[in-house]
Amino acid sequence: MTEGLFLSQQDSRPMYLQIMEQIKQKVRAGDWPAGHPLPSIRELSVATKVSVITVKRAYTELETEGVIVTQAGRGSFVADVMDVQKTLIEAELEKYIAGLIGAGRTLGLSDNRIIELVKNALVAD
Amino acid sequence: MQNAIEFQNVCKRYPEFYLDNLSLQLPQGQIMGLVGVNGAGKSTTMRLLMGLIQPDSGSVSVLGCKLPAQQVAVKAQIGYASDDMRMYKNETLRWHMGFIQSVYGNWDSRYAEHLLTVFDLKADQKTKGFSHGQRVKAGLLLVLARRPKLVVLDEPTTGLDPVAREEVLTELAEILRNEERSVLFSSHNTQDVEQLSDTISFLHKGKLLDSQDKEIYLDRWRRVLCTGISNAAALSLPGLVRAKQNGSLCELVFNRNPEHAVARLNELGAQISSVEPMSLEKIFVAAVKSGVHV
Repeated sequence: MTEGLFLSQQDSRPMYLQIMEQIKQKVRAGDWPAGHPLPSIRELSVATKVSVITVKRAYTELETEGVIVTQAGRGSFVADVMDVQKTLIEAELEKYIAGLIGAGRTLGLSDNRIIELVKNALVAD
Repeated sequence: MQNAIEFQNVCKRYPEFYLDNLSLQLPQGQIMGLVGVNGAGKSTTMRLLMGLIQPDSGSVSVLGCKLPAQQVAVKAQIGYASDDMRMYKNETLRWHMGFIQSVYGNWDSRYAEHLLTVFDLKADQKTKGFSHGQRVKAGLLLVLARRPKLVVLDEPTTGLDPVAREEVLTELAEILRNEERSVLFSSHNTQDVEQLSDTISFLHKGKLLDSQDKEIYLDRWRRVLCTGISNAAALSLPGLVRAKQNGSLCELVFNRNPEHAVARLNELGAQISSVEPMSLEKIFVAAVKSGVHV
């Protein structure tokens, strides 16, 4: 029995992105360590009630991003490169930083002011 | 790979309706969702597929067999369910199961029992006491337990409550486990189609507007919100399907090359506030309302 993922039709992101995001979360959280086999495309498709083509797309893009590797005839595995987990968390951090800068600029804050706010938050933490 | 379904230049004329030169393929192992408003030709397409009606011209093949010439041989492999199918109201569901089993060799009793449980149906109840949802689920049970290679379902989730709909979708997804089995289903519920199908076929007024890999199809469409366009109705951009304006705010729908469209809008001085993918539901409405050839 394959564990399904938690997908939502109310989520405005396309299904394949939701699948990618949740697989990455599982890898980040350590549920699926390096070398861990992923469910086959058909299996995951049945478990999530999402078409084969959508799951296939999620796997292909995860492979391009280096999160998983696919071996012909054997299936897909969490990539065995050093620290996929760390890479993913770094990517996550970059996303937050970009968001922070964007929000700061929208408010018309100077770069120094943004840095100051981050410093204050670090001190308060 | 063999095609489970193949329509070649099929035409069928009725006094009020014309199915115009339909060509369509469903590869084995895939789920195809047939979308269209009432009267678009979805049921006609399915009836042609079942040999219930004959085309005026063109040819229909199912699982490699020509229809209607080889329909007797192929029908054992096809499971068809639609809303207008009736059961004997004074007989129980169990009686119907025995009846179907006596006709079709590959009836799977264990799977039938499993379906009874997951669909929460009482086998010993006379079918006249069934609710609409129970009748639909009973009809599906009788089709699915035969393990047909091709499942053709006309509106399988219409009129079901949310729980029953979920149960039916789970069993449809289950069919996919076997790579040789294919499904064609029609639905007004675009969410079901969007979720389950590999290919989307879009019928409108008897014409096939599109039949394509779902991911590619959905990816072509974008909704763009922007300001700074003085007259949206006068815009002429490739792929622009629909333009609505409310004061300074514009909503534009594109059905191809969204990147190119966004670049052009920037050149025209628009400030773009969002570029979003669209649900099949929104695409469906935009396509039908604008009446374009998608």
